[in-house]
Amino acid sequence: MKIVTICGAGIGSSGVLKVNAERALRALDLEASVVAADVSTVRVVAADAQIILTTQEFVEDIGKTNADVIVIVNLFDTSELKQKLEDALG
Amino acid sequence: MQLPALPESAIDIGAFAADWRTAVALSGEALVRSGAAKPGYAAEMIRMIEDHGPYVVIAPGLALAHARPGPQVIANGLSIVTLSEPVRFGHAHNDPVRVVLGLAIAEGGAHLAAVAAVANIFNDSSAIDRLAEATTAAEVQEIMGVTPS
Repeated sequence: MKIVTICGAGIGSSGVLKVNAERALRALDLEASVVAADVSTVRVVAADAQIILTTQEFVEDIGKTNADVIVIVNLFDTSELKQKLEDALG
Repeated sequence: MQLPALPESAIDIGAFAADWRTAVALSGEALVRSGAAKPGYAAEMIRMIEDHGPYVVIAPGLALAHARPGPQVIANGLSIVTLSEPVRFGHAHNDPVRVVLGLAIAEGGAHLAAVAAVANIFNDSSAIDRLAEATTAAEVQEIMGVTPS
């Protein structure tokens, strides 16, 4: 499974999302590769992704995709991430 | 996991900012003082928010201000500005901001260990409150797990 995290620069928020998503996946005992990217590359990077993790601001820019787009509010809240990943994958 | 440099010069306690642009500019000035960025970096951080919205407010009360690696960055570095008056960035859930974390990354790719170290600190949900209430730079460094410089 591939998960892509998206933000504006591809280093800050998407990096935090990647780190915490990996943590949440471990807690859920799930395996996935998690890639952080900036929104301008989303079409290429997320072409084969099952899930895109992002914040509300980028949903429109991400546009049409086959992946499930999950919006995270508090990027440091691993229980929010765990819950939303579990809902999407369960 | 290595946190980017956070010397005392990169910490600004109880600063007043009338709006989010000023708050981000202060975090840029702190990065300039510590030698992590050039003065133009602040404008790049502000432009990220103008272009993409207030997504940098990544948790209640905390903004992670940053731009892309580029010529305005001198070295990896972190800055922390705590605000005397909370500032609204226009985020639907996480406003108002009390702590601005400035991040300068010199090269793409090597940044994830630095971001992971930051995430480690803030996965403790009390860290933002403790930073907002810190009264000295040494206290901020202690919360961030940095040996005082």
